[in-house]
Amino acid sequence: MSKRTVVPFGPQHPVLPEPVHLDLVLEDETVVNAIPRIGYVHRGLEKLVEKRDYTQFVYVTERICGICSFGHSLGYSECVEKLMGIEITDRAAYLRVIFHELSRMHSHLLWLGLLADGFGFEALFMHAWRLRETVLDIFEEVTGGRVIFSACDVGGFRQEVSNETLAGIVAKLERLRDEYRTIAKTLLEDSSVKSRMVGVGHISTDKALELSMVGPFARASNVATDERLNGIGAYGDLAAFEPVLSDGGDCYARCDVRVREVLQSIDIISELVDKIPDGEVMVPVKGSPEDGAQAMTTLEQPRGQAFYYSKGNGTKNLARMRVRTPTSQNIAGMVAALSNVELADVPMVILTIDPCISCTER
Amino acid sequence: MSNVGKSPWIIHYDGSSCNGCDIEVLAALTPLYDAERFGVVNTGNPKHADIFVVTGGINDQNAPVVKQIYDQMLEPKVVVACGACACGGGVYQTCYNIMGGVDTVIPVDAYVPGCAVKPESILDAVIAGVGILDEKAKAMKKNPADKDRSEKDASTGAHASVADVDDGTNADAE
Repeated sequence: MSKRTVVPFGPQHPVLPEPVHLDLVLEDETVVNAIPRIGYVHRGLEKLVEKRDYTQFVYVTERICGICSFGHSLGYSECVEKLMGIEITDRAAYLRVIFHELSRMHSHLLWLGLLADGFGFEALFMHAWRLRETVLDIFEEVTGGRVIFSACDVGGFRQEVSNETLAGIVAKLERLRDEYRTIAKTLLEDSSVKSRMVGVGHISTDKALELSMVGPFARASNVATDERLNGIGAYGDLAAFEPVLSDGGDCYARCDVRVREVLQSIDIISELVDKIPDGEVMVPVKGSPEDGAQAMTTLEQPRGQAFYYSKGNGTKNLARMRVRTPTSQNIAGMVAALSNVELADVPMVILTIDPCISCTER
Repeated sequence: MSNVGKSPWIIHYDGSSCNGCDIEVLAALTPLYDAERFGVVNTGNPKHADIFVVTGGINDQNAPVVKQIYDQMLEPKVVVACGACACGGGVYQTCYNIMGGVDTVIPVDAYVPGCAVKPESILDAVIAGVGILDEKAKAMKKNPADKDRSEKDASTGAHASVADVDDGTNADAE
């Protein structure tokens, strides 16, 4: 057996936009073990429910993570509405899903760019981020914010979005679709890109189930897990919904799944814009959650299943607010995927999990 | 732009930010805002960087990391605190694990407001940072004693690093 060495990776590393530390145990150039250490971004948001009342806390949940920002405010609002028995209007439910899918597009385009940067394809990184600006322009036009836009609130959707604006959004996305296809083609068919991804960091279906992986990471190992299948909110009104799956299980399959999910999101948005009913977008919210009342809900974030739990105590403040995020589910899978890869492939494997550390640590 | 005498290279570190500001820092470098037209390059190496862009507040875990990156950068250097959290804790100000803004551990030269920051204001701050960089360089020429500041830090502080000891003479060998 050759001598083992430990290479520290992170918290500050060019490939990591967020701080996470890994001790990589190497035998020659091969990783035999990866020991993660987190805690650099822990802020203690869940305890903040004691200081902020349930309407103010929407701002805090949005800032759990800047990339999945809209999703977190959506999950929290759905959870508190369940807790207090608030029925939101159909139009608000549709608008929420439309903006959640737009967020997924922005998150995936961001990730595709980071992936390209990870294997040194700078031009592709720039192109992916250029396309992502189209989605951010839509956010800015409708809500005024680019990444954190406070559109979702307990009781509905804060902005009235006209049908003309929605039609404009779909037209923009259709234009984006053509440009996006050229980028997707490079990512999936270019031989130099393939040589970095095919067969790297393989996870089998059984292993994925055993490690309770979620989101695109699990779907790339052919596990049909997708919270959108539960039909919460406007997802229930879709004519059909099939999760995007791949049976590759490697970095290439994870890229392939996310590439196709962007197109799926465009389809979902077009369908919902066609079907959206007219009406109000906000219902008045009064009173406080009852003492001892509990509610929970799940949501498919861009990175996978997120779980929200809330408990009332009779005051404006919640007794407990709990979020379980997709990346905390996927860290075990990341460590498994890292074993037996070459040191040079470590950034690729970490990126294809699409870790969101600030979600995980809150 | 006539005051920019140098292409500033930046190093970015995410303190305990929510990512909102981090993705905007990256967005400032990509085609729509294109900071590269001013010669701004994002580097991962503290020794190559002139401007330290920090996002997010400071907690016990990341305080030594931020301090160490700052110490490894060569003089003259500028620190830009990006976003409400980096300026003073922002929305997390009252969280139990947040000590405050970046200025609790290192001196900050420019504060960028916003939650999340706009890429335009990041560009503004980086370009203002170049002006500060020039002033610091002039001051160093006038008063060479300042040059030894990092050496003094190394002898007093616990965060001694390679850059402190070699005083920049080995930077080209990187």
